[in-house]
Amino acid sequence: MAEKLKPAEKLKKNRVSMRTQEPLERIQNFLEVPLGYSLAEAIEEAQRCLQCNPAYCVAGCPADVRIPQFIEKIIEEDIKGAFLEIKQTNALPAVCGRVCPQEEQCEGACIMNKKGKPIAIGRLERYVADWARQLDYSDAKKPSSKLGKKVAIVGSGPAGLACASDLAKLGYDVTIYEALHKPGGVLVYGIPEFRLPKSIVEYEVGQIKELGVEINLNYVVGLTKTVDELIQEYDAVFLANGAGAPSFLNIPGENLNGVYSASEFLTRSNLMKAYEFPNYATPIRVGQKAVVVGGGNVAMDAVRTAKRLGAKEATIVYRRSRKEMPARAEEIEHAEEEGIKFELLTNPVKILGDEYGNVVGIECVKMELGEPDESGRRRPKVVEGSNFVIDVDTVIIAIGQSANPIVARSATGVEINKWGYFVADEDGKTTHPKVWAGGDIVTGAATVILAVGAGKKAAKSIHETLSIKQ
Amino acid sequence: MYKILKKQKWSDTIFSNWVEAPFVAKAAQPGQFIILITKENGERIPLTIADSNPQEGWVQIVYQVVGASTLELSSMNEGENLYAFVGPLGMPSEVENFGGKVLIIGGGIGIAPIHPIAKKLKELGNHVISIIGARTKDLIIMEDKMKEASNELLIATDDGTYGQKGFVTNIMDDILKKESEAIKDIWAIGPPIMMKMCTRVANEHNKQIWVSLNSIMVDGTGMCGACRVSVGGKTKFACVDGPEFRGNLVNFEEMVLRQRQYCDQEREALVLLEEQIRRKASNG
Repeated sequence: MAEKLKPAEKLKKNRVSMRTQEPLERIQNFLEVPLGYSLAEAIEEAQRCLQCNPAYCVAGCPADVRIPQFIEKIIEEDIKGAFLEIKQTNALPAVCGRVCPQEEQCEGACIMNKKGKPIAIGRLERYVADWARQLDYSDAKKPSSKLGKKVAIVGSGPAGLACASDLAKLGYDVTIYEALHKPGGVLVYGIPEFRLPKSIVEYEVGQIKELGVEINLNYVVGLTKTVDELIQEYDAVFLANGAGAPSFLNIPGENLNGVYSASEFLTRSNLMKAYEFPNYATPIRVGQKAVVVGGGNVAMDAVRTAKRLGAKEATIVYRRSRKEMPARAEEIEHAEEEGIKFELLTNPVKILGDEYGNVVGIECVKMELGEPDESGRRRPKVVEGSNFVIDVDTVIIAIGQSANPIVARSATGVEINKWGYFVADEDGKTTHPKVWAGGDIVTGAATVILAVGAGKKAAKSIHETLSIKQ
Repeated sequence: MYKILKKQKWSDTIFSNWVEAPFVAKAAQPGQFIILITKENGERIPLTIADSNPQEGWVQIVYQVVGASTLELSSMNEGENLYAFVGPLGMPSEVENFGGKVLIIGGGIGIAPIHPIAKKLKELGNHVISIIGARTKDLIIMEDKMKEASNELLIATDDGTYGQKGFVTNIMDDILKKESEAIKDIWAIGPPIMMKMCTRVANEHNKQIWVSLNSIMVDGTGMCGACRVSVGGKTKFACVDGPEFRGNLVNFEEMVLRQRQYCDQEREALVLLEEQIRRKASNG
């Protein structure tokens, strides 16, 4: 067992950094960028934790992870114990440890954040989850008694998986319906291998299946079967189908060849493994110069993917300044290290093509920041006469998603708002007594961890409702 | 799951598979399509449904070998399982009893997806006039099934080896000249150039026409936008808003350019696969 430090000693220490692949090397491959902690590094970082009571970090975690408890176990060198603490509430620790915006969640709430050096909770969670996976240690087992009640979940992304896991542990018969040919939703089609290896998603999904959850792949709810039919067949239905419809800029030239939505570009690369073309049959075009429009995590994923697919020049075009970029700080830093160019305060007005319908350029204008808008961010204004053209072979539009209507139009009595998202309360309850909804299809495009949180809340509410009915 | 129950070779390059897919068969309606993947490393191939049987749980597809993925599909045998088979996707055809005649036009392997539409229109009580066409006699497919699904069946071949010599559009034009008023609606499915020419003829006679667009797709459920087409000046997704649109509003030029987007890569993949097949044959 490692030494417990005195508070004064803890305050003196700095965050233990995580080793990464060197930028010049990693832009040649799709392997994961951060390499993870060693046991010694994990303990050294864990020792800094002040073990606050009440724990601010937990209040910042939508999955209610027992953070001080699992960190304590790391100091005790009881990694299995740490894993069991985490798994009590979070079914996807290796995923969350990698892709959560911790700076806005647990680490943002950490008391040590006041000094600018919060405990690296995400890295520790990742260490513990990786330990279990590498040793093939599993705590997953089918519950000893079943409740004899059936729940259908639409979508196998983070919200659906979290809900399925909690309900299965309580003894429900859970069936997930997934439209694609692999489970995981955005974790498999959206987030690139270099940020979240697909073998990790497969492993954590496998653990959820071990609980007895059934996953029906290649099953499009809304088309293969309607939500109305699911309502007839199941005691409760949880709609977690994600936002899932790409937004475009609605500027001239958007249908030229070489213009992609980020969803298409990333789906080709991640889900269909186009980066291994022709060994994998799905093609992708990048060329020498790629521009990605947008400033969120998806934009960073797309631009870093374009670089790895061979673009000599990969550029982010974003209409506000760096401060307003919604991407995680770490993603922006990694992109900068990899030589991604940033054209900030820049907005596209037109995409230019040649006679064969291929994109050749993107015409942009410079922007300046005016008064704050509803989101509190300063509203960008066009600088008149500042038009200029960037030569490109590929343009990727990463400005967000909207609601895909397929599921909603087969769900009678489940109210949607004017943007097509399901109307649901804090617990995920919709306007139909047997239907819950959560994740991006309620909130609009957000984060993995918020979807996990929504899935957990819905599971709790479904359990409460179905228990009363007994 | 997704077992190939039956496979037939209809010409050098045209094949038909009957695939075990009970959930798809149960929900399938005319005009809808499926997406299949041959093997784990395959791509998602959209194909319009040629026929389906909810009682027996199968879906029939018809395809032409044009690249690596269709070559791979054609090399799979009865009894083998496809890696994935999902559907039915897209909006069903807007069929009803129009209280009169409807004109159905199928060209090449476009005859396959037009079949369920003709069948349904006839069932609903319409008088179905079908025109099917191909380059030459051997490429005319599903003639018997189309005869069954139609009240009148007319055939055209480019080289005159079967039926009337010429294009389906020649027959279409003749019919519209004769009885434009009586024709309540028109469907045309085939190569883009055929659908474009049919649309031109329809426009000349001031008629509305449906065409079915086989754009490049990835997920096929509205998530990616690969299949976007300009219809009436607006961007639509062929996978969820279509695949059928009023041809009168479709920007065919843009659609054809977008279909050629991966020509180079498709050639590369085909060369590789052909080499693998050759190597396998010489080893085995």
